[in-house]
Amino acid sequence: MSGSLRTITILATKEVRDGLRNRWVAATILLLGTLALALSILGSAPTGEVRVTALQVSVVSLTSLSMYLVPLIALMLAFDALVGEFEHGTMLLLLTYPVSRWQIIAGKFFGHTAILLVAILVGYGSVLGILILAGDGDTTGWQAYTAMMASSLLLGCVFLAVGYLISALARERAVAIGAAVGAWLMLVVLYDLGLLSALMIDEGKYISEGLFTVLMLVNPADAYRLFNFSGFGEVGRLIGVTGTGTGFGSGMVAPLVAMGLWVVIPLMVTVARFHRREL
Amino acid sequence: MNRDPVIKLEAVDKRYGKNVVVDSMGLQVHGGECFVLVGHNGAGKTTVMKIMLGLTRPSAGQVQVLGEDPASHAFVGRRESLGYLPESASFYPHMTGRELLGYYARLKGVSRTEVARCLEQVGLQKAATGRLHTYSKGMRQRLGLAQAILGMPRLLFLDEPTTGLDPLLRRDFYQIIGDLRASGTTVVISSHALSEIEVQADRIAVVKHGRLVACGSLPDLGRQAGLPVRTRVAVAAGNATRIAGQLAAHTRIDRVNDRSVDLTCSEDNKMSVLRHIADLGDSVLDVSMTAPRLDEIYLHFMNGDGP
Repeated sequence: MSGSLRTITILATKEVRDGLRNRWVAATILLLGTLALALSILGSAPTGEVRVTALQVSVVSLTSLSMYLVPLIALMLAFDALVGEFEHGTMLLLLTYPVSRWQIIAGKFFGHTAILLVAILVGYGSVLGILILAGDGDTTGWQAYTAMMASSLLLGCVFLAVGYLISALARERAVAIGAAVGAWLMLVVLYDLGLLSALMIDEGKYISEGLFTVLMLVNPADAYRLFNFSGFGEVGRLIGVTGTGTGFGSGMVAPLVAMGLWVVIPLMVTVARFHRREL
Repeated sequence: MNRDPVIKLEAVDKRYGKNVVVDSMGLQVHGGECFVLVGHNGAGKTTVMKIMLGLTRPSAGQVQVLGEDPASHAFVGRRESLGYLPESASFYPHMTGRELLGYYARLKGVSRTEVARCLEQVGLQKAATGRLHTYSKGMRQRLGLAQAILGMPRLLFLDEPTTGLDPLLRRDFYQIIGDLRASGTTVVISSHALSEIEVQADRIAVVKHGRLVACGSLPDLGRQAGLPVRTRVAVAAGNATRIAGQLAAHTRIDRVNDRSVDLTCSEDNKMSVLRHIADLGDSVLDVSMTAPRLDEIYLHFMNGDGP
């Protein structure tokens, strides 16, 4: 194993251990699993009418749930990753060890991603198993469900990156938690409300279908929704978003790229900012 | 002692806005040396140490540690050879002592046996399974030293290492540092504990308001400060006045009584005065010389009209 990879693994392992120790992993699995199960059971009633499977309905309800929940979990994991260590004084010692600053960010990122991965795999994966068993082995829609799980992880990564950026910019932990909640409200709640208001006021004059799709893609939470709702035909038809101009399959690429950029850019800014920070 | 500088600072400034924390600092620390930084609170000692560790970048000047700029990317690998004990070391409270040392040892690429050795050396092997939030100040400081000496560092930085430790712990502390020095480790210490540190120091740097006002060995500093070496000559009864008269030609006599003559001389003529005393023959029973202590030297430089 190369030196960098070894260091990143050591740092990531510590984050996972911390997550296991302070019950973050257990709490997240429980939260995602319980809500996924509840939504899937409650939401499976209409499946007979519209000829879609319980899995496909679950993708819709779980996408709506994850859009709010996963960003919040990721931000809570990430907001004090740097500012917390600065405030507590542990960063001072860590930086005197043979560790680069980008490796610290990478280690935390992979560690926290692993926590989210386990939570999503166990929380949502167990529901996938239950639904397949309850549907007498009918696996129709498993691709959409699996894509929903994978994109939920990517959405989590987006908000981990945003959380680290907040953590690198904030001077105090208290400020970072406020900023994290603010970022969640802005990106997950208020952006949609703003977009909806703009559409209503505009009445189709300036905001074309194309511009609307771009505006959706700019926001990672909406890109996530776009990916899951328009990616697989049946699921898209279920909620009627195929009219956004993103057809089957091809519609998955742009939201993925958008979310990918939302991971890479904040991480790069975080590393740059962290490099400039003195102790 | 190796004379190659392990640490080299040239005209180093550190400013935060208009506030000058380090001002034109230039110094060299040689391999195997115990180099001590003394100065008032806020003199800039910790900042100098952080600059040496690459945690803070200087506003101006050149810094080289183990042949590299410590703030550069190239220095990251060199940190395997460093040990650092901050003034108030903070650790992850939920970890145990052994887990923490294991984590740092893995980052440093040091074996597990080294963890056990360091725990034993600081006397924490029994407490190693306890969570760190239950540790006392003394235990935390021992653990701090244990992580600093992981892998027998070539260069050890200790910032106020014995503050808050009881005398017994201080003795153990200096014993461990002494062992490391014997194996060739260069030690940089910042301290207020002048009386205990003067015994350890090869050279001392006196820092005042971010400026280096004096640097050298204890006798060098005494000489720079012009502080006297006090000498007491014990004499046979009835000879004191005669001997005082003979020595008065060579040095200043402070006090004479029936059995002794107290005199002062400078560091520079110390040996010449000693020779004169030796020439006095059997009427001199004993001689004791007291060089200026670090606290006197420190007060001299702190109260002086320096920067």
